[in-house]
Amino acid sequence: MNHLSKLIYFALLSVLMSAPAAIAATAPQPAKGSAAKATPAQAAPVASPAPVPQQPQPAMAGAAASPFNRLMKVAPRRHLPPPEDGLRDPTNVETALLQPPLEVYASLPKSQGDLGNGINWVAALNDGKIKPRWDRNDPTAEPMVMDMSVVRVPKGTMPDVVFPHKQHTEWLDCSNCHPAIFVPQKGANQMNMAAIILGQKCGVCHGKVAFPVSECRRCHSQPKQVAAKGPQP
Amino acid sequence: MQSLIRRTLMSRMLLVWSLVLAATFVYTRPAMAEYGDVVINNYSDKAEMRPVVFPHWFHRVRFACKVCHADLGFKFKAGGNEIDMLKIIDGKYCGGCHNGSIAWSVSNCNLCHSGKPGTPTQVHESTLQELATPARSSATK
Repeated sequence: MNHLSKLIYFALLSVLMSAPAAIAATAPQPAKGSAAKATPAQAAPVASPAPVPQQPQPAMAGAAASPFNRLMKVAPRRHLPPPEDGLRDPTNVETALLQPPLEVYASLPKSQGDLGNGINWVAALNDGKIKPRWDRNDPTAEPMVMDMSVVRVPKGTMPDVVFPHKQHTEWLDCSNCHPAIFVPQKGANQMNMAAIILGQKCGVCHGKVAFPVSECRRCHSQPKQVAAKGPQP
Repeated sequence: MQSLIRRTLMSRMLLVWSLVLAATFVYTRPAMAEYGDVVINNYSDKAEMRPVVFPHWFHRVRFACKVCHADLGFKFKAGGNEIDMLKIIDGKYCGGCHNGSIAWSVSNCNLCHSGKPGTPTQVHESTLQELATPARSSATK
């Protein structure tokens, strides 16, 4: 009897799980408003366990999963104007005077993953689409670019990390990273992805403003050099 | 026995439906404000001003990171600079540019103090925010 009830339960579950996702996919806007009102604030705390055990529909998985997961589909970015962006107060008259992001983004190169802003800021700078001032008072000041890459070899199977000083010194001053965040000495900086995700080392910028850590291959970009080493089968 | 099964099924169905509804309608809301928008609410709420929303994207198309984070001394920490209006009027932090000559002056209070009242200090959509507090971050989007 116990087995039977479990079986029925799972059959029901799978049917139920597929139905609303299809509804959401076909008619997102009008359904959303009314149903969001129907499920009040109490829905939020119980929401997180739902998507974990079953991997239901791709459309739903993308939204339900942490956006950190690079394998999940990311919701399309809408870049709403300030009065509709959810952070700013639409009742504030001056909010409407602020520049909407799409006015700028329309001409900028997009990043592959569509994560972060969805903008490839390094390409935007290289292509001359944006010309950020290097000195706030002097529009002609140029950055002192240092072209030196540092290769780091992770312990696991991920490709090696190539850190390009060039792209970083086009935006930043040496003192932004050295010596507080990175000791300028080979081998002196222990780091791992957990620390980075928690906002240390690279994570001071990457994951907050610079492209997020979910774009793995932008840092882990060089195949591992494993020619002669390691046990042979 | 039949009625017992039916009753447990009914209650489970309700539970499943509420979970499904919650997952669908809470989590399909895409991020709305921009990645890297910083809300600074150290003193604003207490002073009955709207919190400040600092749009990183707007500033980075105009100034290199270094201008604020090296020259003006902004730490890489949301709310970690303890900025108040006195410092800004003295030409520190935001006041390095928001002085009426490079950018708008401090008399345009509500252009910066434009956040929804009560919004906590945060880097909007940061990895940490997404991972640590998914329920709250989707509520503030």
